[in-house]
Amino acid sequence: MTFAKEEDLARLMRAGIAGDERAYGEFLKRAAILVRGFARRRVAQTGLDTEDIVQETLLAIHVKRHTWREDAPILPWLYAIARYKLSDGFRASGRRMRVEMEVAEGFTTIESEALSGRDIARALETLSPGQRAVVAAVSVEGRSIRETAQLRGMSEGAVRVALNRGLTALAARFGRH
Amino acid sequence: MQTNELIRTLAADARRPALSLALLWWGAMGLAIILAALVFSALLGPRPDIAAAAQTPRFLAKFVITVALAASALGVARALLRPEESWRKLSLGSAPALVFLAVVVELLVAPAETWADRLVGTNGLACLMFIPLIGLSPLAILLLALRQGAPTRPGVAGAAAGLLAGGIAATFYAAHCTDDSPLFVATWYTLAIGALALLGAAAGQRFLRW
Repeated sequence: MTFAKEEDLARLMRAGIAGDERAYGEFLKRAAILVRGFARRRVAQTGLDTEDIVQETLLAIHVKRHTWREDAPILPWLYAIARYKLSDGFRASGRRMRVEMEVAEGFTTIESEALSGRDIARALETLSPGQRAVVAAVSVEGRSIRETAQLRGMSEGAVRVALNRGLTALAARFGRH
Repeated sequence: MQTNELIRTLAADARRPALSLALLWWGAMGLAIILAALVFSALLGPRPDIAAAAQTPRFLAKFVITVALAASALGVARALLRPEESWRKLSLGSAPALVFLAVVVELLVAPAETWADRLVGTNGLACLMFIPLIGLSPLAILLLALRQGAPTRPGVAGAAAGLLAGGIAATFYAAHCTDDSPLFVATWYTLAIGALALLGAAAGQRFLRW
């Protein structure tokens, strides 16, 4: 069972690296399920959101996929990233709680929503307008690269570059809480 | 954003940039050594009697120790490029063990009344100054390379880069320094390389998060 999961995932990832978007999407779907299962038990009663951890881990998997050696097992690599992002989340939430307490002691009312910024939707707002538009078109609006290119009067190559830079910037936001 | 929306977006960006982490790392290593060599030759250069010194075991022992340190730190830093835990199986013990052995031999063969002079030497402060100075730019290069990786322990990765930069710098510095006693090496080299390791750890905590 585990062996098959390992082999399947590695095969999908190798195809993705070669440019097969469908295989890569399938890899990410399966990775999301594994990470969700991994994170859910561990975030219980911590105030962290499982789906935030899943999304941050997927982003990290994406921008760090060159750190996977194609001949190495993929599950240890994947779980190592999930573990790192989970501990990162614990650290950030600890700091956020301290900030909220300090704010409370100062009798200032700032909603905790404004202090947490971990949700990807909010991180999106920090991107440059061009990158944000491309990322939003592909993600929320569900457009293809070609549609986005036609819609924004850009070449497909330029859309790909903007998408790649936007996602890299998004991932970097989570590295510096 | 929903997770399935994120997945769709990442999939559209499927193709991996042709960045080879191994190539990048070895390029950084080469550049680090070249930079150390440039700073060394601009500031110090080898000692004039290096040909004669190369016949003495104390002089040669310095290089055995510094190269052993660089090699073991290289292994740890390189393993920390990737998120898996393989670095935990590696050891940094070879250089300290060699230093310990050299000190024991020195204490056995050198008369006790010369121990203090051998330890203090004549270049203690120069050693403290020049090893970090030579190692600074290699450390910066190695940290930049580690940033392209995925170290799950940023502080440890930075410290390993500091030890590696220190090992490279000390190897060059050893060719200049006329204090060859293991007692000197154990004291001053350790302090100088330790400073680089601490600097690397602090920088790693700051710059190697992802």
